Amino acid sequence: MSAFRDTLIITQRQLRLLTRVPEVLIFSTIQPVMFVLLFRYVFGGSINTGQPGGYVQLLMPGIFVQTVAFTLAGTASGLAEDMKKGLIDRFRSLPISQSALVIGRTLGDSLLNIVVLTVMGIAGYVVGWRPSGGLGNVALGFLFLLFFGYALSWVGALVGLSASDARVVQNVSFIVTFPLTFLSNAFAPTTGMPRALQYFAEWNPVSTMVAACRELFGLKNQFGATAGSFPSEHPLTTSLVYMVVIMAIFIPLSLRKYRNASN
Amino acid sequence: MKSIIAEELVKTYDKGKVRALDSLNLDVEEGTVLGVLGPNGAGKTTTVRILSTLLRPDSGRATVAGIDVIKNPEKVREVIGLSGQYAAVDEILTGYDNLVMFGELYHLGKKNAVARANELLERFSLTEAAKRPIKTYSGGMRRRLDLAASLIVKPKILFLDEPTTGLDPRGRQEMWGVIQELVKGGVTLLLTTQYLEEADQLADEIAVIDTGKVIARGTSDALKKQVGGERLEVVVDASNIPKTVEIVSTVSGNKASLDEGIRMISAPVSTGSQALFEVLKALDSAGIHPLDVGLKRPSLDDVFLSLTGHAAEVKEEAK
Repeated sequence: MSAFRDTLIITQRQLRLLTRVPEVLIFSTIQPVMFVLLFRYVFGGSINTGQPGGYVQLLMPGIFVQTVAFTLAGTASGLAEDMKKGLIDRFRSLPISQSALVIGRTLGDSLLNIVVLTVMGIAGYVVGWRPSGGLGNVALGFLFLLFFGYALSWVGALVGLSASDARVVQNVSFIVTFPLTFLSNAFAPTTGMPRALQYFAEWNPVSTMVAACRELFGLKNQFGATAGSFPSEHPLTTSLVYMVVIMAIFIPLSLRKYRNASN
Repeated sequence: MKSIIAEELVKTYDKGKVRALDSLNLDVEEGTVLGVLGPNGAGKTTTVRILSTLLRPDSGRATVAGIDVIKNPEKVREVIGLSGQYAAVDEILTGYDNLVMFGELYHLGKKNAVARANELLERFSLTEAAKRPIKTYSGGMRRRLDLAASLIVKPKILFLDEPTTGLDPRGRQEMWGVIQELVKGGVTLLLTTQYLEEADQLADEIAVIDTGKVIARGTSDALKKQVGGERLEVVVDASNIPKTVEIVSTVSGNKASLDEGIRMISAPVSTGSQALFEVLKALDSAGIHPLDVGLKRPSLDDVFLSLTGHAAEVKEEAK
């Protein structure tokens, strides 16, 4: 099928770009590794988790989710850059599948996530992270993370294709993702937040993802504030629903935006 | 047979406030070159984008190779090549990588894509730079590579949107040479440009557009006749002005005009370098040594001035 082949060629292009500019790969792994070390040693000593293995066990799922959430910014700025340089016009004037470029880009960004998560996992292990959920569950956890990154990549695609200026895209994406990752259970218990924020944090997809990963990595998720609510009881199901909903909304919107780019 | 036909194309932006195309009509005979000449914002890029399926017009019809661009854009994409104002190639990848990737996207298969990439690199004198990232290329090399990318499947119909804008004189000359080669190969070409000289060099026919409409159309010679051809310009010392005005008027057959501020005497001439020679001879025998003397060819501004009565207004190019 030619649409499939076109997509593969675009994905290959993404990967070739990575090998040509190794800095991209290096910096996109250095930042999360840095976060692992900072949070582990700055907060780890003062946050009493009451869990065996200490703060790092709770921290790692949080940092994993935060890192894949930043896929949004990566896809957005990549596509905005392609728009600015006229590459999107070139691709759109070719007799190829009109969705190949965007699908290829989101797939390529997800492949990058595999590398980044691997490096982070190793860094986590070095500083004491020991998932205990069993190999199958841990693998499922990583699959969940990749899937979450892929869903957010489509949000980024819409942002990137809608942007009037490539420089704005990076800032906008961070303004969206930063509060989302911090107004959650990722780094600290939500119980310390004002009541209204606790509700927000609890339903925040970042929180449900973090809770889901903690569960799969063999931890009891103790950061859910209002116990008994649906997302805190069923983090895996809630996360899955979120991802499907995000993709159901943003894939068609992004593809339509691409076809009408510049109209 | 007409390879490209556009009828009554209308495109507005900002909810109808900006009329980029205002019932534009044009057509290009198979195997010929049409130069679309106009200032920024006249609607050149919008026209190219509609004909190359990137943009849908608000109303009007257009066919390329007999195929409707609105109803069958995917069929049109199979027969056209497009090279835009920006070199649309991946900066980080090498020239070779770019061409192979586009070849694969045209479904040539890896082997044929590689062969075609090498052939095009050779033809556009880029073989030496083939394995270098594009970001190390000069402006002219980028444009040549971009053009090469649009020629991968040997399209019969080619759109070039301002192919030399931003290039230095040498880059422009090289680009012209490449385009002239292509035209010899029988391709139908629609080329937009802001330079009369470029349209003159490359196009069989020129369509002048202003505010989204074609305001004049014809061969380069016919347009120039309409504009009034070349002007002879002589700059002399203040004391020699009256005598020089007399000499230039005699040679030109028209009354010479004088710009006192810069002491320049000028008049339209139809005999080109012959007139230049005669004026120099006459000045010499009158013992006048001109400070500067030359023939000025009509510019886009001159064309606009004579066709529209106003200078070429530069507006923000509508995207």
